[in-house]
Amino acid sequence: MSLSLLSRGEMQFDQILQYVLSGLSTGAIYALIGIGFSIIYNATGIINFAQGEFVMLGGLLTLTCLEYLKLPIWAAIPCAVAVSTVAGLLFERLAIRPLRRPTPINLVIITIGGSILIRGLAMLFWGKDTHSIPSFSGDDPIAIGGATILPQHLWILGITVIIITANKFYFYHTISGKAMRACAYNRRAASLVGIDVRRMVLFSFMISSAMGAMAGIIVAPLTMTSYDVGVMLGLKGFCAAIIGGMSSGIATVIGGLLLGVLESLGAGLISSGYKDAIAFIMLLLILFIRPQGLFGKADSERV
Amino acid sequence: MNRSLISLLFAAVTMLFSANAFAAAPIKIGALFAITGPAAFLGEPERNSAKMVIDEINRAGGVKGRKLELVAYDTAGDATKAVQLATRLIKDDKVVAIIGPSTTGETMAVIPVAERGQVPLISCSAGSKITDPVKKWVFKTAQNDSLAVGRIFDYLQKHKLHNVSILTVSDGFGASGREQLKAQASKFGIKIVSDDTYGPKDTDMTAQLTKIRGSHAQAVICWGTNPGPAVIAKNVRQLGIKTPVFMSHGVSSKKFIELAGDAAEGIMLPSGKVVVADQLSNSDQQKKSLLSFVKDYQNHYKTEGDHFGGHAWDAVMLIKSAVEKGADSPQAIRDNLEKTKGFAGIGGIFNYSAQDHAGLGKDAFVLVEVKNRDWVIVK
Repeated sequence: MSLSLLSRGEMQFDQILQYVLSGLSTGAIYALIGIGFSIIYNATGIINFAQGEFVMLGGLLTLTCLEYLKLPIWAAIPCAVAVSTVAGLLFERLAIRPLRRPTPINLVIITIGGSILIRGLAMLFWGKDTHSIPSFSGDDPIAIGGATILPQHLWILGITVIIITANKFYFYHTISGKAMRACAYNRRAASLVGIDVRRMVLFSFMISSAMGAMAGIIVAPLTMTSYDVGVMLGLKGFCAAIIGGMSSGIATVIGGLLLGVLESLGAGLISSGYKDAIAFIMLLLILFIRPQGLFGKADSERV
Repeated sequence: MNRSLISLLFAAVTMLFSANAFAAAPIKIGALFAITGPAAFLGEPERNSAKMVIDEINRAGGVKGRKLELVAYDTAGDATKAVQLATRLIKDDKVVAIIGPSTTGETMAVIPVAERGQVPLISCSAGSKITDPVKKWVFKTAQNDSLAVGRIFDYLQKHKLHNVSILTVSDGFGASGREQLKAQASKFGIKIVSDDTYGPKDTDMTAQLTKIRGSHAQAVICWGTNPGPAVIAKNVRQLGIKTPVFMSHGVSSKKFIELAGDAAEGIMLPSGKVVVADQLSNSDQQKKSLLSFVKDYQNHYKTEGDHFGGHAWDAVMLIKSAVEKGADSPQAIRDNLEKTKGFAGIGGIFNYSAQDHAGLGKDAFVLVEVKNRDWVIVK
């Protein structure tokens, strides 16, 4: 009796470990996409709803590089990120900058329109099918305690850590990073001290589209990709950014991881039907109760 | 040339043309497919197949000297749109029969329109409720879900696997499969030990599968359409789940194997015979239709024909044979359709009757397994 209880307890522990590990790797993706949202928000005050589409572009462009250009994976990834970055640049130049009197509502509608356009073009170019790209280093599961993960999960976690560290370095130790932070504090003051605010806006779009694309690439071997994956991932990334109070630092990362783990635990322990609902309930709760984010003070530094 | 001669000539020419026009008046067949939208994986091959086979019939001189004309509209998987387009097909285009729609939800919405307009409707969707109870004007070519479920349970019963976990997608297809799985289980002495769902766009199902791993199930049955099942196959492999895994006929195309890769190996599912056409014994009545469909589709569209396209192929051929037997009005076509006996199509061997407008038996499905990235019939 006691023995069976023990083994049952162990089983529960294994299960929970599995839920947490799965949640962390999904959460890392949400975090990357979320940071993309925050970078643009901080530089421009825009919520860029086209962010999810760059995630989609990353995955599908890698597919094209691999299958049609026959590039090896280490060349295909930078290539796809570069093309996505150019797409982000064009998006800012052609859709955001020409706006004479940018009001928040105009900009939001433009980004939504942009996302529909990008998705439509992707559908024409890549078709409606789902595509898969190979894992970076095999598919043999790795056991951790009673749980298992794939090598790709390690890639996801590793690359996320690298990107976030690089991000931190950029914002705190480079001139253009500091300039971008200055824009986030006060655009007018930044422009008065000679910072080219428009260029910073352009940079913010390029950085976040590159990050979105990278997220799309590292997740594609696990989840597959198609022209419409950006919608849901974009929304989840947005939730992560809101939980993190639109910070482009560690708060959004924690927001993403928290969201991923809660989703996974919710699906495993309560019911899988509520998985997406958990994300959106969290989003609403945060917006109602702590609009400054889970960790934010009322008027905190956002970069 | 005097005037009367000219007018005579004119009259003669007019008559000649109108006579020609009369002989060539095509028989209009309407079609409603979800060519775009979430059900595009159904609608696109259906539209392609219907177009292909009608072109072929016309190239061979049509049916009894009359050409067939396909009037196909895109419903985008939207029931409201499907109803509007069905009305348009009947009122404006004056079609003699309608093929489609692609999904069960749309079909249920269109049925009243077809009944009011008294035009036969041959649905390409799988839901059992389309023809149960039998409706005078409604037929279907897609195999009922219940047949697919029966195929899996047959196997489980034979191999004494009594405890199963089910994991179904939370859309119409998954809901209908889940209903059938639960309804038929007791009949086969099978107990459903866990019942989970996932969202059509979910990208990680390890949470549900971890729960299933802890449930002592002897088999896992997953009901969904791409890409979900491919994700599940990968997750199953990651978690090291060793019990047999079954999928639904919703993924019986090469696309699934391509997406799931090595993780697809060993997965079994009930499928229309089209994916294993070349493995069928020569005595199989469907073999000839299947091979020609596969070959034609490959030639036309440079991609593998699947059983979704097959549903539209069957529908066109059923209408064709009704017309061959001398029908050209909606009423006569309906009556001839109901008399269809032993038509060996893509989905199976159709035997319609006044009591049965689904027309297929259990032999419409074979159980197939993925071996070396290809389908193999499970004996």
